[in-house]
Amino acid sequence: MGDHVVDDLVLEMRGIRKEFPGVVANDAVSFDVRRGEVHALLGENGAGKSTLMNILYGLYRPDAGEIRLNGQPVSFTSARDAIRAGIGMVHQHFMLIPVMTVAENVVLGVEPHNGPLLDESGAEQRVSDLSERFGLAADPTALVSDITVGQQQRVEILKALYRGADLLILDEPTAVLTPQEAGELFEIVRSLRADGKSIIFISHKLNEVLEIADRITVLRRGKTIDTVPREGATEASLARAMVGRDVLLRVEKETAQPGDVLLTVQDLQVRDDREIEKVRGVSFEVRAGEIVGIAGVDGNGQTELIDALTGLQRIESGTVSIAGRELSHPDARTALDAGIGHIPEDRQRRGLVLEYSIAENIALHDYAKPPTARFGWLFPSRMVDRARTLIREFDIRGGGPFTRAGGLSGGNQQKLVAAREIARDPKVLIAAQPTRGLDVGAIEYLHRRLVTERDEGRAILLVSLELDEILSLSDRILVMFEGEIVGEHTGEVSEEAIGLEMLGGRERTAA
Amino acid sequence: MSDPAPPPSPKQPDEPGTLAARWDLKQRAGGIAVPIATVVLAFFMGGVVVAATQHSVHKALLAYKAIFEGAGLNWIFHPTTSLLDISAYNLSQTLLQTSTLILTGLAVGFAFRCGMFNIGGQGQYFMGLIVANWIGVSLVGLNSLSHILLALVLATLAGAVWAGIAGVLKATVGAHEVISTIMLNWIAFWFGSWVFGDGGPLQNSRDPVLPISDPVSKGARLPDFWGDQGFQGVHVGVFIALAALVVFWALLNRTTLGYEVKAVGFNPAAAAYGGINVRKNLIRAMAISGAFAGLAGAIDMLGGTTNYQYGQLDIPFSQVGFLGIAVALLGRTTALGTLLGALLFGGLLFGTTHGLNSGAVIQPELASNLTYIIEGLVVLFVGADVLVLWVWNTPRRLLRRRAKPATSTAELPA
Repeated sequence: MGDHVVDDLVLEMRGIRKEFPGVVANDAVSFDVRRGEVHALLGENGAGKSTLMNILYGLYRPDAGEIRLNGQPVSFTSARDAIRAGIGMVHQHFMLIPVMTVAENVVLGVEPHNGPLLDESGAEQRVSDLSERFGLAADPTALVSDITVGQQQRVEILKALYRGADLLILDEPTAVLTPQEAGELFEIVRSLRADGKSIIFISHKLNEVLEIADRITVLRRGKTIDTVPREGATEASLARAMVGRDVLLRVEKETAQPGDVLLTVQDLQVRDDREIEKVRGVSFEVRAGEIVGIAGVDGNGQTELIDALTGLQRIESGTVSIAGRELSHPDARTALDAGIGHIPEDRQRRGLVLEYSIAENIALHDYAKPPTARFGWLFPSRMVDRARTLIREFDIRGGGPFTRAGGLSGGNQQKLVAAREIARDPKVLIAAQPTRGLDVGAIEYLHRRLVTERDEGRAILLVSLELDEILSLSDRILVMFEGEIVGEHTGEVSEEAIGLEMLGGRERTAA
Repeated sequence: MSDPAPPPSPKQPDEPGTLAARWDLKQRAGGIAVPIATVVLAFFMGGVVVAATQHSVHKALLAYKAIFEGAGLNWIFHPTTSLLDISAYNLSQTLLQTSTLILTGLAVGFAFRCGMFNIGGQGQYFMGLIVANWIGVSLVGLNSLSHILLALVLATLAGAVWAGIAGVLKATVGAHEVISTIMLNWIAFWFGSWVFGDGGPLQNSRDPVLPISDPVSKGARLPDFWGDQGFQGVHVGVFIALAALVVFWALLNRTTLGYEVKAVGFNPAAAAYGGINVRKNLIRAMAISGAFAGLAGAIDMLGGTTNYQYGQLDIPFSQVGFLGIAVALLGRTTALGTLLGALLFGGLLFGTTHGLNSGAVIQPELASNLTYIIEGLVVLFVGADVLVLWVWNTPRRLLRRRAKPATSTAELPA
């Protein structure tokens, strides 16, 4: 350890500045981490959290500022330097090799060997030692492709620990987890802290930051707004610091006034591309003026259900009807024309053509219809006119009709998708993960908008992995587990009850 | 990216997946600089090859001067319409070569915009050429305009069908278009070899030993608009190629067809979500792509760069379909870029063969290979445009490094 250990600070970052062409991503940012603390880094998307962490991890070089690790000034030129210095990072998207075992993934790059051969049992032994020490249950011999997302995350943490990390960066670790898995992660984080590890916890979720962090640093537009201890911080105060204004955290809505049935799903069965049965006889209705939420752990058939409703996946058996009219063999076009609007769960992969402009993206469903086109001839100026109107109405910021959709922030991309879907005046609006990865301001906007559209008399089907979102928006909740609807709730219901059903608890008690 | 004022993301969060999407990204990253740098680098390295093999930098410079004059570009110093003037004649031949390359370049470009790499321009060109010869040789006595139009249309269709096969294979069974178009090239190659060869259906009627076609009948030939009797004149195929550029641009930018094609090229998942039939567009884009190459074959046959005949032995030497790849990539699959790329390669192709074939500067073998060396380098650099960008950014990077003295990495406890 160095000579200049100041207090108990493991890490000090002072006056960090990083500029990208046209943007100051970090502007005189200061941030420090004490030994054995969980320090949350909170901020909206684009506030500069990732840039700061990439600088710390050696992926970017700062334009100005100083980084001290254990009191020593450091300058990393690559992630390898950072790893050698005892920094570990668990990225949002895991970097594991699915066909290899847990142990092989953990030791990858620094394998223990027997002469030229990999010491397989040695690797497994070390991995199980590590997982025991930190309470990170993981079977070293399991293939990564066979374990759950939560377990994969533990493998990532093990990887970092195996490389000797004392300072762990967790980048939005709960984004991919169920509430239960998130609870388990928090236990792991606490045991790491108890062992003297320091943890930087990146998040934009206020409740979990308040649950796990010892101190919280808020970034906004590349600047440090404040560093506060958890004691005394509230969701409201953090949200204000993040966004710069007071934010409505609870969705305000009147009691639903359900009208006619607009969406009827009867005994629907769907197989995925690998011919695995993913939706097994699902039936439900959504009425005009109500929001029906589908809760469930990722991968329980929600995606295939939506794809079948929107004509993107073939229906094995069963029927889908819009306002009483059955869609026979729906493809995307007939579903669109029948009055289904669809905010897809992956706006970048499916919801938008990122290389297309805002105007072109707004035309994605109706590019071939008048006034945008006539007899196959396109009128770009009409596309642009329509885009201008919607940009104003939906408050899409960050560019005009000619701006590439890929250049917009996540929140504005989602507003763009929502604008396109709502402006088509659909009878049924299907919103899948409508606020995934968005910041507080954009979430607030989209939630209010969904309620407004409900009150306009649309039938809204909300599918989300965020239980909070389902609970606060839905007038009725359906719980999906292994391709079936295993629960239905109206009115007040506890998070725990639904959480249990999401994991198939009801089946278990019945059995 | 903060909500009110979103800055462009410094690191693309999700690298777009398809060929066309990646291409778009790189295009924005490099702008016009990369194609220019690509050409300069390719010429430079071609020059190095000449200088090294001839042990003379001077000869390399002379070679490029000879290419410049061989392409007829010195015509601008003393313009004349008389083809008896050597520079005017050279220029006219460059224009003919350019026309073909525009069309084969558009062929590659159109498929590219739909996310596909059509390597089969050469085969589609052969099919167009064969059909144009067949129509041009038969149906003698037909009214000239109808004869020309019929030959052009059927040759274009032949190219479309030939490429369409690859499109259908991709859309139905997922066969990769690169593989299937290469295979189709060979089929077209041997088919051509057979039809013009001994006993082949299109072998000439006068000399059964010559593996060559009959000349296209007079009525089916494209009229010259610039030229003297006895010389190879410049025919209206040049205008057909220019018109094709306009059609290409309009199709992609002003029609719903182009909207669909580009959407599928950028992001097939989003296109399908938007209600676009992805399979239909793959087939259609491939067919349109092949149509351009088929048309190229037709104007070469009916316009007579080979004196309205074609032979078994000409086939192995034809490269225009492959050159179309370099043209399209260099021109970044835009209409204007393709025009410029075709001019460059048209000039090079004619310039090297006719400016250097006397052997006065360098050996004729090296001269004709110089075009292909430069072509190869262009394709390599376009494919490796990361490399070109790196070279392009080197001065800036060096400046930055000098401005900021390297800070030593502190020794750290492990």
